[in-house]
Amino acid sequence: MVNLIIDNQPVSVPEGTTILEAARQVYIHIPTLCYLNLDAMKLHNQTASCRICVVEVEGRCNLAPSCATPVAEGMKVTTNSRRVLSARRTLLQLILSNHPTDCLICAKSTDCELQNLAWEFGINAQAYQHGEQSSFSIDKSSGALKRDPDKCIMCRRCETMCNEVQTVGALTAFGRGFNVTVGPAEMQPLVNSNCVYCGQCVSVCPTAALTGVGYIDETWAALFDPSKKVVVQVAPAVRVAIGEEFGFPMGQPVTGKLVAGLRRMGFNAVFDTTFGADLTVVEEAHEIIERVTQNERLPVLTSCCPGWINFLRYHFPNLSYMPSSCKSPQQMVGAVSKSYYAEQMGIDPKDLVMISVMPCIAKKYEAAMPEHSRDGLPDVDYVITTRELAKMFKESGIDLRYMPDESFDHPLGESTGAGVIFGATGGVLEAALRTIYEEVTGHDLEDVNFTAVRGIAGVKEATIDLGERTVCVAATSGLGNARKLLENIEKGISKYDVIEIMACPGGCVNGGGQPYSQDRAEVIEQRIKGLYMIDGWQSHRKSHQNPSIQHLYQEFLGEPGSDKAHELLHVTYYEDVPAVHSK
Amino acid sequence: MVGSRPTQPTRQLADELYEQLDAYIETLQIDPDDPYRRETLIRSLHRAQEIFGYLPAEVQRHVAGRYAISHAEVSGVISFYNYFTTTPKGKVQIDVCLGTACYVNGADKVLQEFERILNIKSGEVTPDGQFSIESLRCVGACSLAPVVTVNGKVYGRVQPEKVQEILEHYLVEIDREEEPIHVKN
Amino acid sequence: MSKIKSYQHLLDTYQQHRPLLNLRLNGAGAEISERVILVCGGTGCFAGESRQVLDRFQELIAGNELGSTVQALVTGCFGLCQEGPIVKIYPDDVFYIRVTPAEADAIFEQHILGNQIVERLLVEDPEQGKKVRTQQDIPFYKGQQRIALRHCGLINPEDIREYIAVEGYQALGKALAEMSPEAVIDTVKSSGLRGRGGAGFPTGLKWEFARGYSGDRKYVICNADEGDPGAFMDASIMEGDAHSVIEGMAIAGYAIGANQGYVYIRAEYPLAIQRLQVALEQAQGMGLIGKNIMGSGFDFDIDIRLGAGAFVCGEETALIHSLQGMRGEPRTKPPFPAQSGLWECPTVVNNVETLATVPVILSQGSDWYSAIGTEASKGTKSFSLAGQVCNVGLVEVPMGTTLREIVFDIGGGIRDGAEFKAVQTGGPSGGCIPRQFLDTPIDYESLRAVGSMMGSGGMIVLSEKTCMVNLARFYLEFTADESCGRCVPCRIGTKRLLEILTAITEGRGTEADLVELRRLSETIIDTSLCGLGQSAPNPVLSTMKYFWDEYEAHVKDHRCPAGVCEKLLHYQILAEYCRGCTACKRVCPVDAISGSAKQVHVIDQTRCIKCGSCMARCKFNAIINN
Ligand SMILES: Cc1cc2nc3c(=O)[nH]c(=O)nc-3n(C[C@H](O)[C@H](O)[C@H](O)COP(=O)(O)O)c2cc1C
Ligand code: SF4
Ligand code: SF4
Ligand code: SF4
Ligand code: SF4
Ligand code: SF4
Ligand code: SF4
Ligand code: SF4
Ligand code: SF4
Ligand code: FES
Ligand code: FES
Ligand code: FES
Repeated sequence: MVNLIIDNQPVSVPEGTTILEAARQVYIHIPTLCYLNLDAMKLHNQTASCRICVVEVEGRCNLAPSCATPVAEGMKVTTNSRRVLSARRTLLQLILSNHPTDCLICAKSTDCELQNLAWEFGINAQAYQHGEQSSFSIDKSSGALKRDPDKCIMCRRCETMCNEVQTVGALTAFGRGFNVTVGPAEMQPLVNSNCVYCGQCVSVCPTAALTGVGYIDETWAALFDPSKKVVVQVAPAVRVAIGEEFGFPMGQPVTGKLVAGLRRMGFNAVFDTTFGADLTVVEEAHEIIERVTQNERLPVLTSCCPGWINFLRYHFPNLSYMPSSCKSPQQMVGAVSKSYYAEQMGIDPKDLVMISVMPCIAKKYEAAMPEHSRDGLPDVDYVITTRELAKMFKESGIDLRYMPDESFDHPLGESTGAGVIFGATGGVLEAALRTIYEEVTGHDLEDVNFTAVRGIAGVKEATIDLGERTVCVAATSGLGNARKLLENIEKGISKYDVIEIMACPGGCVNGGGQPYSQDRAEVIEQRIKGLYMIDGWQSHRKSHQNPSIQHLYQEFLGEPGSDKAHELLHVTYYEDVPAVHSK
Repeated sequence: MVGSRPTQPTRQLADELYEQLDAYIETLQIDPDDPYRRETLIRSLHRAQEIFGYLPAEVQRHVAGRYAISHAEVSGVISFYNYFTTTPKGKVQIDVCLGTACYVNGADKVLQEFERILNIKSGEVTPDGQFSIESLRCVGACSLAPVVTVNGKVYGRVQPEKVQEILEHYLVEIDREEEPIHVKN
Repeated sequence: MSKIKSYQHLLDTYQQHRPLLNLRLNGAGAEISERVILVCGGTGCFAGESRQVLDRFQELIAGNELGSTVQALVTGCFGLCQEGPIVKIYPDDVFYIRVTPAEADAIFEQHILGNQIVERLLVEDPEQGKKVRTQQDIPFYKGQQRIALRHCGLINPEDIREYIAVEGYQALGKALAEMSPEAVIDTVKSSGLRGRGGAGFPTGLKWEFARGYSGDRKYVICNADEGDPGAFMDASIMEGDAHSVIEGMAIAGYAIGANQGYVYIRAEYPLAIQRLQVALEQAQGMGLIGKNIMGSGFDFDIDIRLGAGAFVCGEETALIHSLQGMRGEPRTKPPFPAQSGLWECPTVVNNVETLATVPVILSQGSDWYSAIGTEASKGTKSFSLAGQVCNVGLVEVPMGTTLREIVFDIGGGIRDGAEFKAVQTGGPSGGCIPRQFLDTPIDYESLRAVGSMMGSGGMIVLSEKTCMVNLARFYLEFTADESCGRCVPCRIGTKRLLEILTAITEGRGTEADLVELRRLSETIIDTSLCGLGQSAPNPVLSTMKYFWDEYEAHVKDHRCPAGVCEKLLHYQILAEYCRGCTACKRVCPVDAISGSAKQVHVIDQTRCIKCGSCMARCKFNAIINN
């Protein structure tokens, strides 16, 4: 242990601790901006670039960045001397002098770490008013992720996230000096880069330099268009997160209130993406069983996460025959709505607008892919995130706290516990196993909880005895973990039959469209808990038992894997992806 | 929602040049699994710039592929160093030293004179692609300040009045080079 | 060339090659027909066509079939670059300046063939008004002591035999054969050698730290980035004596337990790179670098890496990132490179001059070295003396020499009879030292005490013709341009400093700006991540401290006392002097001048772009600008 004194208080911490962490132990608050340490996803942003956290260390000639300075025995630290406070204020003024004063019209307002700091410091005028400000153009080329480099403060969290945690390598600092910024190679439009739209950079960006492309206006326009029938689907992970925006505890499921709110906003039908998840399980289980029994193209990789699928296509094109051809639940619900549901209701699909509420940025990209349109009509018209929906609720005066609990509309609103846990890492696999076991063995599965594949740690494995054959499965989340797994597959080291991969560490509960949180590790854990809680409440916990699904097959699709099913629920992607083979 | 597809420009520079670059990169024996492989990246970029004259995106992507690193990473590195350029330079590359020794001896006036005569700014290329002007910081010939290098040749004690003279020398050279073309017409 | 197999073998080889330098080291007694013509091959002289001079001498030697008695060789910078190209002839010990290829013929005819000194090519001592024949009699060399530059202007840098003939690689040989690494470190420590790259950290101590940290691999890096614009000491050492640096690196490697070294050299120095390459190949060829050096069992190899034009890459952690193929951004220290450097292994980063000094310390002993210089700053320091001084060039003086001695005795005072104003040391990180501190002795602490720093050795002499506000702006333009952009105070702060200074030089400054300049400077120094930002405001603070009146003149009277800041100038024709010669009118690029022949001319202020051409052209001093 190292002993030091911070603001006259003795502190004792293990060697290697930073001054910042040591100060936090005695509840001394040192402001930070670039610092970010997410142990749970191995993100350690060590740029020490904002210098807001500087403190005075006795005997040192300049101020020390507390977030990057390890403690030393006998150190004497002052965190709030006049010298420190005035330096911090000047630093903040410098940052603001190259930042638009757009808070009023900024997507990040009230969730912005920079704005918050300016507020805490009581900044009331912009300094260096005649100084040059950077003027980069806004990039919305991907339709999913929006870059507004003028709002970037060069904390480099996004770079660390994208390059080190996700190992995508889409972002770099570009240029240098005052003109430096962060973005894709050559500052090309993002759509030409190898970004997979996982949105994890959005989750860590302290400002609005990285956000999702918003579709609130389009959604309102559809809702207010009398010639349109507007239906909405809500992903599993949304229901355990949106409550946070209305003062519910982290991870608390608010499904019924969410449905009520959507109905009051004027949606003609409120569907559940979980229904699509169940449908995915049934289709995918069929495919898995077929491929496993025939030992064909193993392992089967799940395909419900578009972030992950993009990653596979861009970085491991030689493995692109491996994933299941099943569309994601969002696209299945979209496709079924615009066919089966429209037919049933006698609506011309042209007049049906499908909005989906997702925890995800990649789903925005996915929905816009030409592969997901039929006859020029996209299966999903607009994707809004959990955060966007919360804003829309607020705009239309809907406070979830005071909503009654209502149920989803039929037929695309019925779901099982298996579908709900899609929102957590390991959930897709667990759901599939519940179905596969029963399909193959013909026995009832007593204990549906495959706890071995749960949790956010590295790679989780399990084996399941299907009588004739034991199936080895693995689940992982976070693309850095996925990369390791795929490299092992390429090298022939890994011997799994089925693998579930989610781009976001922890799965969709931690998607790039979820409410921002200062306590990521905790919020992920609580949201996951919320999902398993719902799973536990459900009367049906196996996808194939979903009565509406059974109905759908009987009335419309026929068998899992039928031609009709293939036409609507499966997809092969074009090969026009950016060539990247980076590591 | 509008779906836009990524556009990847096709390779336009000559295959021979890529072969030259590859021949060099081969000698480095890069192992994609070696975490230290980036160590030679800047060397390869130097070599690539020697071969192609500049480092456009297509060359960057090629280098990135050879190193198994992302294009963004290569691009970030290139954008950091003044020496690398992503646009072609003029046939006659004029570098005016703005190091301290040259500056206090009036190098800024020399630069202005080049800019005035060629009617381009530092960092630009004349529309005919013949001349480009850059400034650099000290070539180690401070005793001759102000110093200008033209295609690597060092000119010392350059005063604004000498600029025209230096340029004329190269104008003549270019004319001579292009004469055969005129004859053909 | 055969491999050197042991220390003894090296000593034998030394004996064998020693005669190569006979004419140069103890010329007396040589046949008068035997001669060595040394032609400076430094960048400065090369730019003055010394290559052609050398070629011409060689042609003449061949043409006259004198190959067996007369040799013409290239050598490193003599220091008096201002008067280059320099040619020195042994054994007569004659020092010629401004030798053009045509003059080579004259020297050959008169001196080599005719034994007649070519008087007109000798240096003139301005005080005595007479020509000086030998190097040591030239005022420029009095007071200098060449240790780091000991072989520049003496040996042919492209011939390892000559380096061996000056006892080269013997320090390494001795260290490997007779000394423990600890003993090497002790010697360097007790010599008092401090890093010549700028910060002046004790070299022996740095090595001791690096030795103390364990790692599977360790590295020695020679910092040859020399980013200070206007400095060329390291370039000259590389060009003139690369073997000393190589030997110093190998010694450092042995001391800390490293087997690999890198030289990180800026790409703007093609000649230095080429000389270094040649030297390295020769050393490798002779087994002086590589596996099992001189049979000692110690392996040490060296690779050359080019920079790519980024000043900040001189900062050691940035340099390491650049060596790793990354953007050259610095990182927070601690940990220092000695603990965690290249690829997170213990690494020593040393400057060229530091390393070139190491071999002499080992061979002459630490006592010898520490007897030179001052109490806290031992040995000599080389400077590139440039700016508005008569003798621009490379000088090396013992620590403790005063600025006055360098500027006036060695440098010959200010050019064109102008008044001295200040000396700028330490490059963009340093400060300006005014007249009243001319007697400051040069050492790390004294320079710091007057608000500047030693830096790596750039020394720019400034005359009354320099505007100090504009100079500060110039430096800020440099640092803002070269900032890596990582941290806020430097990325945005230096930009804001630059904007304020620009406003002042353009007449838009206010007194409040001066307050802000100081305040912002202090924050930038206090909070920047690396040395670049931490020192970037120094030129501002030091000029504000010593030349406050110039700042005031700019903001209060909108006047530039030195007549430099264009926007503050008003070109005017004094009617009483104007003869109406029309010269100014013809030269004005914007036709701002009107008047007919023999009539007084007038400048239209609204059109004048303040280019100054007219003033330079007027033969009658009728045009003023203030
Ligand atoms: C911005 C900056 C630029 C530097 N440039 C150089 C340089 O060009 N050459 C050099 O030797 N040291 C340079 N240094 C100092 C190095 O970081 C380092 O201290 C030095 O190379 C150590 O060698 P020494 O102990 O032999 O002096 C620079 C430092 C900073 C902060
Ligand atoms: S990013 Fe933050 S500080 Fe900037 S405009 Fe938006 S809310 Fe305001
Ligand atoms: S916070 Fe200030 S600027 Fe923003 S809306 Fe309120 S009054 Fe206006
Ligand atoms: S969305 Fe994901 S892949 Fe794209 S830049 Fe952000 S972190 Fe990287
Ligand atoms: S885009 Fe956001 S996360 Fe990335 S460096 Fe800029 S402010 Fe930081
Ligand atoms: S894990 Fe979920 S939220 Fe994240 S990219 Fe995949 S589908 Fe989207
Ligand atoms: S001080 Fe300047 S050069 Fe150094 S890290 Fe900060 S921005 Fe980069
Ligand atoms: S300073 Fe230049 S522009 Fe002004 S009058 Fe003289 S020549 Fe013309
Ligand atoms: S050059 Fe001088 S003398 Fe001649 S017209 Fe101009 S101002 Fe008058
Ligand atoms: S929070 Fe410590 S430097 Fe940014
Ligand atoms: S400053 Fe121009 S060559 Fe050194
Ligand atoms: S370069 Fe020849 S004397 Fe310096």
